[in-house]
Amino acid sequence: MSADAATHDDHTPSMWDWRRWVLSTNHKDIGTMYLVFAIFAGIIGGGLSGLIRWELMEPGLQVFTGEDTGWGAIFGNAHNYNVVTTMHALIMIFFMVMPAMIGGFGNWFVPLMIGAPDMAFPRMNNISFWLLPASFALALMSMFVPGAGADLGFGGGWVLYPPLSTSGHNGPAMDLLILSLHIAGISSILGAINFITTIFNMRAPGMTIHKMPLFVWSVLVTVFLLLLSLPVLAGALTMLLTDRNFGTAFFAPEGGGDPVMYQHLFWFFGHPEVYILILPGFGIISHIVSTFSRKPIFGYLGMAYAMVAIGFIGFIVWAHHMYTVGMPVDLKAYFVAATMVIAVPTGIKIFSWIATMWGGSMEFRTPMMWAIGFIFLFTVGGVTGVVLANAGVDQPLHDTYYVVAHFHYVLSLGAVFAIFAGWYYWFEKIFGVKYNSFLARAQFFFFFIGANVIFFPQHFLGLQGMPRRYVDYADGFAFWNAVSSWGYVIMLIGMVLFFAVLVDAIIRRRKGEANPWGEGATTLEWTLSSPPPFHQFSELPKIK
Amino acid sequence: MPDLYGEAMRFLTALALTWTTFAAGAFATPGQPTDGALGFQPAVTPIMEEVVSFHNILLVLITVITLFVMGLLIYVMIRYNRKTNPTPSKNSHNTLLEVVWTAVPVLILIGIAIPSFPLLYLQDEIPPEIDFTLKATGNQWNWSYEYPDHEVAEYFSNMVEEEDLQPGQLRNLSVDYPLVVPVDATVRLQVTASDVIHNWAMPSFGTKMDAIPGRINEAWFQATQEGVYYGQCSELCGLRHAFMPIEVHVVPQDVFDAWIAAKAEDEYSEAADAIIAQYTAARETRLAQLD
Repeated sequence: MSADAATHDDHTPSMWDWRRWVLSTNHKDIGTMYLVFAIFAGIIGGGLSGLIRWELMEPGLQVFTGEDTGWGAIFGNAHNYNVVTTMHALIMIFFMVMPAMIGGFGNWFVPLMIGAPDMAFPRMNNISFWLLPASFALALMSMFVPGAGADLGFGGGWVLYPPLSTSGHNGPAMDLLILSLHIAGISSILGAINFITTIFNMRAPGMTIHKMPLFVWSVLVTVFLLLLSLPVLAGALTMLLTDRNFGTAFFAPEGGGDPVMYQHLFWFFGHPEVYILILPGFGIISHIVSTFSRKPIFGYLGMAYAMVAIGFIGFIVWAHHMYTVGMPVDLKAYFVAATMVIAVPTGIKIFSWIATMWGGSMEFRTPMMWAIGFIFLFTVGGVTGVVLANAGVDQPLHDTYYVVAHFHYVLSLGAVFAIFAGWYYWFEKIFGVKYNSFLARAQFFFFFIGANVIFFPQHFLGLQGMPRRYVDYADGFAFWNAVSSWGYVIMLIGMVLFFAVLVDAIIRRRKGEANPWGEGATTLEWTLSSPPPFHQFSELPKIK
Repeated sequence: MPDLYGEAMRFLTALALTWTTFAAGAFATPGQPTDGALGFQPAVTPIMEEVVSFHNILLVLITVITLFVMGLLIYVMIRYNRKTNPTPSKNSHNTLLEVVWTAVPVLILIGIAIPSFPLLYLQDEIPPEIDFTLKATGNQWNWSYEYPDHEVAEYFSNMVEEEDLQPGQLRNLSVDYPLVVPVDATVRLQVTASDVIHNWAMPSFGTKMDAIPGRINEAWFQATQEGVYYGQCSELCGLRHAFMPIEVHVVPQDVFDAWIAAKAEDEYSEAADAIIAQYTAARETRLAQLD
């Protein structure tokens, strides 16, 4: 009987058995599903950004001309352009970066790195994942139902500011979006509870909190931010919902409400959210830099507590997104000071990564190239953040392309580069096959050049005063917009190479090694086979 | 298939132009974006001049920091790779170094804060002696203006559609009934909105203020150069967000007095438009002669 049970446990179910995926309670299978989901969402979100760059390639209306094409919100008028920018942001944030980093890499490697057999609540893990496709379906549906008048979709920006999101959008598109974000929020909160419980209670004997790998630290800080910030978003969304449908006036001035209160609530969630997007990336980069320099991470405790500090300060700087709403000047001064403080722990991280490489024996394998690219590009995005933190200078830059350039340097070039770094670092571990590193490096170069050509000129556009979320711009902004759009073409080639790497790996199926990176890879996942057994650590590893 | 050769040539020509503009510095027309420019539009208010000079300091600082990080990365990549340094050190702590890279950024940030806060307060606090008040209301999708001190009733300011553009007017920037203010006057701007949130933004003045329904926000500016200045709505407000620009004419006091008197009679006065048109034509002739 017990022997039977043991063989049953060791048995890996067939890949083609639908119950393996739909009813999964296995952290690695769920992690894989999150990664596949993120790739799908990334294709859609990236496709939408292609429409944006296509429209902005030249002055005048190219794509969103207002002629009825029968494509619903995809091609349409200027409203549909706003829908596309809105959905690009929401999809990339909620359905690409978060599922990839926390759901994908977090699920896969937090249990492996702390020496645990699985997550603390495997069934809750299943529902966390399966809520996401439901949420994503609602978000996509919202693009094809009436939003403002007869125009399809919600085109009020991902920040969903009222009154544009209440009285300004009378159709059901916004209601679908509210429901979608509620469900995505529930998914993330359940995931956060799961990770916190797992990390606090299921570490292998001897792994004290100060011996935890930095990726686990980064996920721990991230999920605390999720747990504390998402309920505030849920509250704000619910108030939007009742303002829209049940006659309340939380944000309606004609009923005594205040649209600015929504902005405070939103950014109390929204600012921690941007750290949620980047913190797991910090963890991933630390491992890669240490592995390929063959050195332990420099200043481990400083690195861990820098992330804690970033997480904490991330909660008290939200109104720097709102310098132009007419806040009292002393309040602005406080937010300037608090925001600039974040540069300090961020600087500690950048310098510690470089110090880890210093004296090391660096090998420029694919993940390391992405990691070095990350460090440089994140620095560029970071220093423009210091410029924007100063409310005085922010005045002419607020809501211009300078801001767009800034947050794409830290997200599109920061978070996304970290995701690809992690993808190529753990690819062999996850799928058990090798990838073609020539193609993967080529992808890196196309991404590095393409992303810089897209986003660096946007600083110039912003300084010249080009506002965000414009379907058509004055002729004086034409040149740098054209350059930016050509950058998209370069990045698109990189994206094609990404899929070429996948197809190559699937066709050639070269068997992966347990540890392809050598002595620098010291965390527990490299002690297991590639791919790891369906259930691991039935005997807990002991950490010295 | 796009015309790749044509695009490439256009790109190279524009690149050359950009650098000429950049090197020469001041070919830009004040008040409107210049194609290929790299920095701010020319400043025409004391506040914007302060912003530009503060930003120049910041730009040097962040460029140096970025180059420093890049230099360190390149150095470690050359000096500490598998070939040049086969045996890695095991060094993972250096308290002094960690203190230094915490303390030095703190000092730099304090250095930034010293000019930053005075600028913020200067910008935010409306001077006690203002010449008059101007009220701007954001609507979907135009601006409406009032001069309460001069008893000019609210008039609407719509973008001039592309097919109606007159010579000298700019696509997506020119409006039918612009704002007019006297040169060197200190103007208090009150901003609100009638439907959703808009934002009254004028890059060359350094002014940007949210127009929020149910609230009146205040800003101020003092334009010190005659000319025509363009701005655009800077808070997403729906379908025609990109098509509700702002146009301000800064004129001598006597021209303003004549204009405002005509406006007080009739807020859509053709006589008022004629005064501005006549002044603008005379000014352009004068500028052409100077060239």
